[in-house]
Amino acid sequence: MPTDWIMGLIGGLLIGTGGAVFLLGNGRIMGASGLIGGLVDGTGRGNAGERIAFLAGTALLPLLLVLTLGPVDNHLTGNLVLLIAGGLLVGIGTRIANGCTSGHGVCGISRLSLRGIVATCFYILAGGLTITLFRHVLGVV
Amino acid sequence: MRNALAFLAGALFGGGLYLSGMTDTAKVQGWLDVFGDWDPTLAFVMGGAMIPMAIAWQVSARRAAPLAGGSFPVPPKAEVGRKLVIGSVLFGMGWGLVGLCPGPVIASLGYGDPGVWIFAAAMLVGMGAAPALSRRLDSAVPAE
Repeated sequence: MPTDWIMGLIGGLLIGTGGAVFLLGNGRIMGASGLIGGLVDGTGRGNAGERIAFLAGTALLPLLLVLTLGPVDNHLTGNLVLLIAGGLLVGIGTRIANGCTSGHGVCGISRLSLRGIVATCFYILAGGLTITLFRHVLGVV
Repeated sequence: MRNALAFLAGALFGGGLYLSGMTDTAKVQGWLDVFGDWDPTLAFVMGGAMIPMAIAWQVSARRAAPLAGGSFPVPPKAEVGRKLVIGSVLFGMGWGLVGLCPGPVIASLGYGDPGVWIFAAAMLVGMGAAPALSRRLDSAVPAE
């Protein structure tokens, strides 16, 4: 649906502007998994304040939008096993690879980082194979 | 100053994730599901996000330091290794199973869906376990 594509493009421009502010303002790469993971494993203790400030902004603006504009249907599965397995895989994988869709994808590819490009190819490929297997072969997603 | 800029950047990130539909797991799984009802929205989001970000990288190369002080990140010296590949494959599997990645998880914490919090809790546990697994991969003998 073209409306979704236009909203995607506008939202994407906002996401990239956030990354630009974080880079040019604070000298930091906007990688969600790194910002969160550094708080979990203690490697980000030295700059915990700006990590928390960033993540607070990430959580609060959508909350405000939901409160003013109404609820969003996120179509999230209610299957506990999938939620827990998915969360564990995302947590472990992004920290071993040192990046996710924002760090390796948006920030890495836009500076033509080979690591970012390779990581993005692999997580999209793995995601595509996983949904194909679980949706079309096993029929559970 | 640093915290205010970080909050602004985070708000732009969260607002962008909300507007773009990237907190909707159906749109993310729709992008990955090339054999189903394929949804190209994610490509527009990634493409849109890379425009300001690519400009920012160019600007940063011409500036001595960030506005709030400190220094710009140096290009990563770590090469393309098995940790990058194994980690990305594991991440992609979880992403495909549920349709959430770390940014949208944070952005949708306020949606009132307990599933988001369950996923987030499992993700934090995974992130806590990752350093030990990562060290194992470092010390493992190469297959060849």
